[in-house]
Amino acid sequence: MKLNLKIWRQSGPNDKGAMKDYPVKDVSEDMSFLEMLDVLNDDIVRKGEDPIAFDHDCREGICGSCSLFINGEAHGPGKGITTCQLHMRRFKDGDTIHVEPWRAQAFPVIKDLATNRSAFDRIQAAGGFVSINTSGNLVDGNAVPIPKDDADKAFDAATCIGCGACVATCPNGSAMLFTAAKVSQLSLLPQGKPESKRRALAMVEQMDKEGFGNCSNTGACEIECPKNISLEHIARLNREYLAATVTKE
Amino acid sequence: MARQGLFGSSLVKKYWMALTGLFLITFLVVHAAVNAMIFWNDGGVTFNTVAHFFGSNILIRTMEIVLFIGLIAHIVDGLMLWAQNRAARPVKYAMEKGSANRSWYSEWMGLLGTLLLLFLIMHLWHFWVPSRITGLEEIAGMPGHHNLYIEMVEVFASPVPVVLYVLGCISLFWHLLHGFQSAFQSVGINHKRYTPIIKMTGAVFSLVISALFASMPVSMYFGWIK
Repeated sequence: MKLNLKIWRQSGPNDKGAMKDYPVKDVSEDMSFLEMLDVLNDDIVRKGEDPIAFDHDCREGICGSCSLFINGEAHGPGKGITTCQLHMRRFKDGDTIHVEPWRAQAFPVIKDLATNRSAFDRIQAAGGFVSINTSGNLVDGNAVPIPKDDADKAFDAATCIGCGACVATCPNGSAMLFTAAKVSQLSLLPQGKPESKRRALAMVEQMDKEGFGNCSNTGACEIECPKNISLEHIARLNREYLAATVTKE
Repeated sequence: MARQGLFGSSLVKKYWMALTGLFLITFLVVHAAVNAMIFWNDGGVTFNTVAHFFGSNILIRTMEIVLFIGLIAHIVDGLMLWAQNRAARPVKYAMEKGSANRSWYSEWMGLLGTLLLLFLIMHLWHFWVPSRITGLEEIAGMPGHHNLYIEMVEVFASPVPVVLYVLGCISLFWHLLHGFQSAFQSVGINHKRYTPIIKMTGAVFSLVISALFASMPVSMYFGWIK
C-alpha cells in the first residue's frame, strides 16, 4: 500500500525541528510500524540523506525502548501494544500518518523521534528499590506468605516497561502512572513495606523536580499504556503519599 | 523547580484541589435547597423566611467567610496546576487525538472553572452585593428582612441574565461531572466496589444540581412561579 508519512525531523536538541513529508509505496500490511520505518530509512540512506532517528530494541513489546506518537496517539491506534507490535494492516492505502516524538519538558528530543527518557531512571533511583540485605542470608521465598491478590496486583504494576506513553499521552505531561506503578510493585509486597513511606515521598519529589505535570485524573494514561496499568495504582500512590506526608516527622 | 510547603508537591496541590472542591459541593447543596423554596409558589414568603434565617445566622455567616477562603484556594491552586501543566509540554503535538483516551471535559476543567468564575462574578453582582453592601428593598412591616425574592423576579425578568445563568449551570454540570469523582481518586479512594458507585453518584448529582439551579431563572422568566 501507499502512504503519506508526516514525520518530525529535528537535527539535534537545539534545532527547532519541523514536520516533513515522506511518501512511501509498496508497504506490506504484515510489516510492523518500525519495519516500515526501516525500509523508509534504507531509501533515505541510499539517497545520501540523514536517516530518521527513532528508539527501538527488542521489537517484541517488552523493553520499553520504542515510542512514537502516531496519528495523535501514543504507540498509535490499538490498545495494549507498543509501536513494534503495531502492524501496517491497521492503516488503509492512501492514509496520511503523523509521526511525532513524545512531547514533554522532561523528555527532551535528542534527534528526530528519539527522546531522552532518563528522568524515569532518576525517579526510579530516588526510591524504587528494597534495602534487604541479599548477600549470604537468603530466606526461602515461600517462607513469606503473600496473598495471591496482592501478588497479582504487584505483578500487574511490575509489567510497566517505562516507555513513557503515559507522559506522552497525558494532556498535563504527568508521570504519575509510571511513578505509581513503580511504587505499587514494591509497596504491595512485604519486602517493600519497610521503605514504603520514604519511597513515596522521594519518588514524587524527584518526579516533580524533573518538570513533569500534575495528574488531573483524565485517565488517558491508563487507556494508552501498552501494559494496561490501572489508575488504581495512582490512587494507591495518592494514599501512601498522603499518609507519609501527614505522619512524617 | 522546588515544590515544597502548604501548596508544595504536585500531590499536595491535588489534595487541596479535591478537598476544597468537595467543600464547595456541600455549599451547592445548601444553596440549592434554600433557593428551591421559591417553588412553594407563595410569592416568595417561604423563600424569604428561609433566606433571612440563613443570612442572619452567625454559623452560616462564619461559614460564608470560610467559603470565600475555600473558593479562592480552589482558584489559586487550580491556576498553579494549570501553569505547571502547560510548562510540562512546551512543544505541542501537531496532531493529538484526545478523544481516543479521555473526555473533553476532564481536559478542560480549567476553562470550565474560568467560565464558572465569570458566572460567579455576575451572580454575586446580582444578589450578594445588593444584599450585603448596597442594600436591598425590605419586606413591608418586617425591618431588616430583605426581599430577595423580588430581586430574583427583577433580575430574571429579562432574557439575557436567564440565558447566561443557564450557560453557567451547563458549565457547572461538566465541571462537576469530572470534579466529583476526580476528588475521590485524588485523595486515594479507588476501589472495585465503591468507585463505580462514586462515579454514578457524581453523574446523578451533577445533573440534578445543575438542572435544579437552571430551572430557577427559567421558571421565573416564564412566570411559572407566582
